[in-house]
Formats: sequence, structure tokens, C-alpha cells
Amino acid sequence: MENKLYVSPSPHIHGGDSIKKNMYGVLIALIPAFLVSLYYFGLGALIVTLVSVASCVCFEYLIQKFMMKKEPTIYDGSAILTGLLLAFNLPSNLPVWIILIGALAAIGIGKMPFGGLGNNILNPALVGRVFLLISFPAQMTTWPVPEVMSMHYTDAQTGATVLSMLKGGTENLPSYMNMLWGDMGGSLGEVGAIALILGLIFMLVRKIITWHIPVAILGTVLVFTGIMHSVNPTVYANPLIHLLSGGLLLGAIFMATDYVTSPMSKSGMIVYGIGIGVLTTVIRLFGSYPEGMSFAILIMNALTPLINSYMKPKHFGGK
Amino acid sequence: MILIAAISLGVIGAISAAFLYAASKKFEVYEDPRIAEVQEALPAANCGGCGFPGCSGFANACVKADELDNLYCPVGGAEVMSEVAKILGKEVTTAEPMVAVVRCNGNCNARPRNNTYDGARTCAIASTLYGGETGCSYGCHGFGDCVSVCNFDAIHIHPETGLPEVIEDKCTACGACVKACPKNIIELRKKGPKSRRIFVSCINKDKGAVAKKACNNACIGCGKCVKECAFEAITLENNLAYIDYTKCRLCRKCVAVCPTGAIHELNFPPKKEPAAETKVKEETIQ
Amino acid sequence: MLKTFRIGGIHPPENKLSAGKKITPLALPQQVIVPLSQHIGAPATAVVKKGDLVKVGTLLAQATGFVSANIHSSVSGKVNKIDNALDASGYRRMAIYIDVEGDEWEESIDRSETIVKTTSLTAEEIIKRVAEAGIVGLGGATFPTQVKLTPPPGNKAEILIINAAECEPFLTSDHMLMMEKGEEVLIGTSLLMKAIHVTKAVIGIENNKKDAIAHLQKLAVEYKGIEIQPLKTQYPQGGEKQLIDSIIRRQVKSGALPISEGAVVQNVGTAFAVYEAVIKNKPLIERVVTVTGKEVANPSNFLVRLGTPITELIEAAGGLPPRTGKIIGGGPMMGKALVNTEVPVTKGSSGILILSEKEAVRKPMENCIRCAKCVSACPMGLNPTQLMTATEFTQWDLAEKNHITDCIECGSCSYTCPANRPLLDHIRYGKGKVMGIIRARKS
Repeated sequence: MENKLYVSPSPHIHGGDSIKKNMYGVLIALIPAFLVSLYYFGLGALIVTLVSVASCVCFEYLIQKFMMKKEPTIYDGSAILTGLLLAFNLPSNLPVWIILIGALAAIGIGKMPFGGLGNNILNPALVGRVFLLISFPAQMTTWPVPEVMSMHYTDAQTGATVLSMLKGGTENLPSYMNMLWGDMGGSLGEVGAIALILGLIFMLVRKIITWHIPVAILGTVLVFTGIMHSVNPTVYANPLIHLLSGGLLLGAIFMATDYVTSPMSKSGMIVYGIGIGVLTTVIRLFGSYPEGMSFAILIMNALTPLINSYMKPKHFGGK
Repeated sequence: MILIAAISLGVIGAISAAFLYAASKKFEVYEDPRIAEVQEALPAANCGGCGFPGCSGFANACVKADELDNLYCPVGGAEVMSEVAKILGKEVTTAEPMVAVVRCNGNCNARPRNNTYDGARTCAIASTLYGGETGCSYGCHGFGDCVSVCNFDAIHIHPETGLPEVIEDKCTACGACVKACPKNIIELRKKGPKSRRIFVSCINKDKGAVAKKACNNACIGCGKCVKECAFEAITLENNLAYIDYTKCRLCRKCVAVCPTGAIHELNFPPKKEPAAETKVKEETIQ
Repeated sequence: MLKTFRIGGIHPPENKLSAGKKITPLALPQQVIVPLSQHIGAPATAVVKKGDLVKVGTLLAQATGFVSANIHSSVSGKVNKIDNALDASGYRRMAIYIDVEGDEWEESIDRSETIVKTTSLTAEEIIKRVAEAGIVGLGGATFPTQVKLTPPPGNKAEILIINAAECEPFLTSDHMLMMEKGEEVLIGTSLLMKAIHVTKAVIGIENNKKDAIAHLQKLAVEYKGIEIQPLKTQYPQGGEKQLIDSIIRRQVKSGALPISEGAVVQNVGTAFAVYEAVIKNKPLIERVVTVTGKEVANPSNFLVRLGTPITELIEAAGGLPPRTGKIIGGGPMMGKALVNTEVPVTKGSSGILILSEKEAVRKPMENCIRCAKCVSACPMGLNPTQLMTATEFTQWDLAEKNHITDCIECGSCSYTCPANRPLLDHIRYGKGKVMGIIRARKS
């Protein structure tokens, strides 16, 4: 025979799924939310996103090439995704140098020291965000007021987010319609509820993620805040406001579902989702921070190995 | 204010200290101090070559054993063992220095590939699947399971031959590669005077014609070496010659008569004839 | 209603290229090579010697012990030699070489086409004939059938399940067998029911073979106790444990045999072979083999004498395509890659699949991103990536604790993995190791 035959153990065919496909799938799912942020925050959103994505990709390339001495794998799209998610978690008037620090923290602390994609314990984008939130509390909590097709960047007019308004009582909130479309203050990717839900539907249809984590988180927050609201409606806002405000949707759909840092079994995913929901609500209602999504996700990320070792997939023939 | 802080801190410290002390007393495990001493003397390679799990396991066994007869640290060799014996006040054991020997010389030229393996690249998995990329189902896969288990960086896959190559100075004869090789190609043999040794570098048990077809350098079981050997050191079984290193006197007559070059000699000074000289060079490469 | 198993599963492209192609008998080869080990268990012992003249159906080798199977000559001619032959794995195993001369059959075999529906044989006599005929599980597992028909003491069979799922992509041999030999399959099924003393049998067929389902449903009206069950097209529907779960909603416990849930599973090809053995007194000497592949000129279903070199099958299907990358004995999910094409068709060969180089070569492996797609795909509810890691780091106790021995080697995990990790390669090796450790512990 002229050509040599290939020999390998079975199976001999592959489904054609790849890391790249999944990563770019998530990126596509994020497009609607990105468009919303462009619409309401204009130039600022564009600059923050571009800087964040470019710097994450650069840092990953440099670290892989010169520190880890191996072939860079930036084409798998994971660094782009980290950059985009980091940008989505930032206010659209954040100066470039702070974004660079955030990207360095995300890639250089959150991801590469563990061995790169697949080995990190915490969600890199959230590591970057929380790093900035703690280091630069002032800049990280002044949110530009939405202004259609704004040409302002760092000079944008700022205001409060829904959640920080909630800390002072349940008055003067934007209408539900505004919250659904994203016409409110906040980080650039978290405002457009409808756009985020479109992304969720896309990812569910393409089987990039399963429903377990988002549903568990959102359900838990709804139930928990619902109970608190029925106990004392004047202090605790109604669950719909909680659902639509802050980073809850962005976190539940895109951040908590990060493959690497979430549990592997279905039951584990539910436990993980409930954990995030409870922690978020506790921080929102009783903590000093207005928003607790990032902390909740990071805490549950850290617990993921533990969840994995206790919540096994349902075993065939088992109970 | 300062006083309260100082006092409360002091009290907490005292309570913790008391607790820790109690716990350490309660859960203390008595250990023969000599175990630590012996362990100190060992090379700390934790290779398992002695048959115990790590150096501490070996140290423990040495202390407990009445005699050191069956205990030997292949890494440290006689030097370390005499030190261990000194610590324990026991008789020293001596063992001949051994070295790992790769018994396959089916390099890329001698043994053409007739298929390409595309599975997980470990020898263990490949050999549970099939005979290998060449016609010889006994030969080396070359995926380097022996390399990855070696703690001493003493074995490498030669890029040209595709076969493992032992670096004699680094090899401690711990036997990890022998266990790791799914084809049982690697053998521990006596290192020999001046590291000189002769061995059959093939383990193919197929009939001569079949073996030869698969690999030019295979032992074809012709038996010429058996006839040539004056010391009855060579046995022929299942179409395969084997040289007993305890009987071999390193006369090199078998090397000369082997028609396929399956018998290798290592570290001998070059013979006078120029032809033989090139041969030795070849051997050392392989 | 479509039934299916409850955990995991995937749906690879079906590619049933040879569906609808009639089963055609393949011309006799010049020489057959009959390996002595075509089944799970001890190799058979040859009872002929060089120079002996044999007819079609002559016993060539006798079963050695309980878990073993007789082997009969599939051709008439002269025993050329009994020697080592290269098997599909590149190892040499004992085989009988027969030079074909004419086509003379043993007189005891009934070669007529007439369908006989009843027999006066008792259950023991049926099992005896099955054993004599050397029948093994024809789905590919090649477990001697008489052993499966003799339940261990204390177990009682309640239901017979005929596995006609044919969930492997590409393969169509069972499908065409049902279409052309439906009546015989049903009689074989009733014989098997009689042999294990059950009154109920279910033939499970995946829904991508609607014609076969309709055909058998029509015929089954006349057979008491036989039911045709359409199943969802989902891999690995034909896994023994999955099929039991699909049909009777019971999950066989870890390490247990199907009989513990009262089920005996037989392949549809086996049912046909049982018919031929019991009614026609014909030993297992030929089988249906699918030869297929996207670049194969004529994907076909052949009726092949056992021992025919597979080159002959490939030639008959239009020859080896120019860019062949891999030749697989069996289906693409669980089949075995062949080292050369000189190997013979054996009892377990259900198909020959030829993949092009592009289809065959695996993509480079990347880091595990813990996406858990393998976990979702695993039909046994295992965590493949964890088992692979445990194997890589030789943590056998961890692997055992996480049920590595339950792996059915279906390959769904490797198929789904977006990082192209060779999960099953490692798990299969680890499973072997752990099973060895368990055996050593028991003895």
C-alpha cells in the first residue's frame, strides 16, 4: 500500500466541536449586549471595550511567549472573551491606564499563573474587576448616565446605579421598560436585560451552556428577594427590580457559566447557582456594597472543586 | 484601651498555646530517631527503585530489618548503603552496579513504519491497542513512557533512531523504566568492568523469516552465537538468543558472528580493523 | 412511543450509506484464514491437520472449556497449514489456512430456502445446537451465545431483548438482515425465548430504520409474545445496559449482569444464526458484513464466508479509495482500526468502514476547559475527564472509586470533547489496570 494507514483506539470520528467554536459562540452571544452599551454609552463603551480586549490578548500572548515559553494560543478566543467580559464589568468612563491594570490582573493573576486556559480557579474577568473595585473604588463606582450615542468618554456625566439608589430607599427608580432596554446607569455590559437574555437563548440553542446555572441563580434571587420584599416592601425592593438591575443577568448568564470555573455535574451546577444567588442577595440586601454578584461568583468559583468532589453526576444503576 | 487589647491578646495566645501543646502531646507518634538519620543519608530521589514507597519507606524498612541483606538502594549504591549500615550498626551489603539496557535496535532504517499511530501518545495505551507502527510487534513504540518515569533524566528518545537511549552516568538502575515499558524491552544488567557489556538488543520471538522481514536488525534465532560461545552464556529460546550476564566473559565472539547485528557491545575499545571501528560507533549511537 | 435510555447519549451523523442495498453473496475467495480465537474466552483447539480435506460446515476447532466456541469450515477444500497469522492488531495468532476447492457442503446441513416455523426440540437441545454451531454474539462483542443462554443459578430470565438498534453510524448489516430475513429473525427469537423459558421478547429497533420496524411489525403479528419497539436514534442505544434501560426501564447495577434485572439481550444477527443452526442445522460459517465509507464507490452489504480476507470485500465494493486514511473493522465509534487489509472476516466483523485521511486524523489535543460536555454525554453517568486525569496520574484507587470499571467504551466522551482530548484512550487503559487490581485483590 502506498499511503500509510492511521491507527488509533476508538472512537474514530469526532463531533467537530472545539474550544474555539464555544468561545466564539459566547462572543456572538455577547454582541447584542455590546450594541446596547454602544447605544447608551457611545464612545466610552467603544474605547473601554477595545482597550480591554486588546490588552488581555496582548498580555496573554506575551506571558505565553516569554514567561511560559510555549506556543501562544490566543486564537482560541478565550483571551478575547476575558477582555470583553472585563470591559462589560467596567464603567464606560474608566481611564485607559486603569483598564490596563485590570487586564493585567485578569490575565496575569487570574489566569496564566495557574497554567492558562482550563486550569484557573477563578473567573479571570472577575478577578480583574474585583481587583480594580478594591484598588480604585472611586473610579469603579461612578457610573456615566446613559446618553444616546454619547461622544463623551472620561468626561461623561455620572450618576447612581439602580442598586446604589436602592441603598437609600426605593424611590426615584427608572421604569421597568428602561431597565429592560438598558436605559440606566451601570457598567457597560450589564444594563440591557433583553440583549443579555437574547444571548442566553442563543447559547442554549447552540448548546454552549445548559440552563442549570442561570436558572438556579435567577430563581434563587427571585425567591430570596421575593420573601424579603413581602416581609418589608418599603426597605426591600421587589424581586423584578433585583432581577433587572446590576450585574445579575450578566453574571448569571455569562460569568457564572464560565466552563472552567463552574461545576461539572448537573446537580453541582444547581448547588453552585443557588450559592451564587444566596450570596448575591445577602450582599445586596445586608452588605455595604450595593452589588454582590462578582464576589458571589468568585466565592462559588473557589468552592467549585469541593462541589465537584461531592456532587457526582448521576451514575447509571446508582440510586 | 491598650491594656484591654494586650490582655485579651495575651489570654487568647496562652489558651491557643495550651491547646496546641495538649494536642501535640496527645497525638504524638513515636518515631525511631534513626529513621530520620537513615533518611538523611539516602539520596531523597523517592524513585521506588528499592521496592519501597519512597525513601522514608526504605529508611523505615532498614531500621526495622534485622539484616540489610535484601535491602539495597540502587540510586545511592554501595556508598550510601555502607553509610546506612554504619548508622544502624549492621553488616554492609554489596551489590554489583547495574544499569538499564534497551533491548531493541529497530531504528527507523531497520524497521520501516507501515502505519501511523494517532491515539494518545503513550506506549502503555498503544500497546494495549496493537502491535505498533512497524511489522515487529515486540519492538519499541518510542513514545517515551520510560523517559517520563525516569527521575534522573537518564533516558531519552534519540531523535534519529526513535529509540530510547540510556545515559549510563546518570542511570541509577532504579528500575522505573523497566516497570514502565509495556513491551518489557528494558532490562537491568550488570554494568560490567569499565561499563563494558554485551547483550542481545532484540526481544522478537517470531520465526527468523518473519522477524527479519519486520526488522533488519532483529535476532532471527539462528543460533550462531550459541555455538560460538565457549562459556555457555547464551541460550536460545523461542527464536531468540539471550546472554546471561553472570556467565558472559565479554570475549565478543558472538558479536562478530551475529548476521543481523542484533548483539551489541558497549564501551569496548575500538578493534584494530577499521571496519570494526565504524561498527562500534554505530552501536553507540543506537 | 419512542423509548430511549435515561442518561447521556449523543447523536453522531448517521451516514447509513449502504441502507437499502440488498445483501449480496460474495464470491468465494481462493484461500480462507480462520483464526482460532474469534470470540471472547479461550481460543478453540484445532481438530484438523495440514492436508485434511474439509467441507463447508466441517468442524475445524473445538471449544476449549465453557467460555469458548466451536469453529467450522466456511469453505470446502484442503487445509494448507495451521500457522500464525497476523491479526487485526498486528499480533500473530494461530489460524487455519484452507485452500478453497469447489463448494461442497456437509450433508447434514439443510440448504433449502423453505421456512420452518416450529421445532420439537427442548430448551436444552436448542442450547446444545447453538453451542455446537459455534454461535457467538454477532453484534461485535463475540461472547459465546450458549453461555448467555445458561443463566447462573439463582437468576431467572423474565424477558428476551433482541438488540436491533444498530446505533453505530454507517453500519447497515442488521438493518438489511431484518428486511430480507425478517421471518427467520422472528423464528430465531422464538427459539431463544424457548431456550431461556420466557414468554415475552422485545425487538428494539432505532427509529432511523422505519422500514425495518414496519416490516417486522407486520410479520410479528403471527408470533406470540414478540413485540417490536421503536427506539429513539441515539448512540449508544445498542449498548446492552442502555437497551435494557430503554425497553424495561431498569438499570443494571454496577458490576452486575443483565440477568440480575431479568433480561437476556441477544443481537438480531445472533437470532438469525440461531434459526439457521437450530432449524437448518447450519453452523456459523457466514455473516452479513457492511462495506462502507464516504469515498467507497459502492457501499454494500455482503454475505461473506468467515475467513475471507477483507481485501476481497473492499475490491467488491469498488476498491480502496485513493485517499484512504483509516480502515476500521466495525463502526466508527467502537470499531477497531486495522493495520493491514490481509486480515480475515471473523464472527465479530459487522462492517468494514473506510475513512478518508481528512476524516481519520485526530486534531491536536488542547487543555481541558472543564466544559463537562463529556459528563453530559456519558451514558453511564461517569465523569470522563476526571477518570482520564486519574489514569494519567496512575491514581487507581480514585479511578476505581469513580466507577471506571463501569465504562462501556462507547466513545461518546472523546466524540464530544471540544478540546479533542483522547478521553477514552486513557480511560480504557485505566479500566484495564483497575480491573487487574481488583482481580489481584480477590485472588
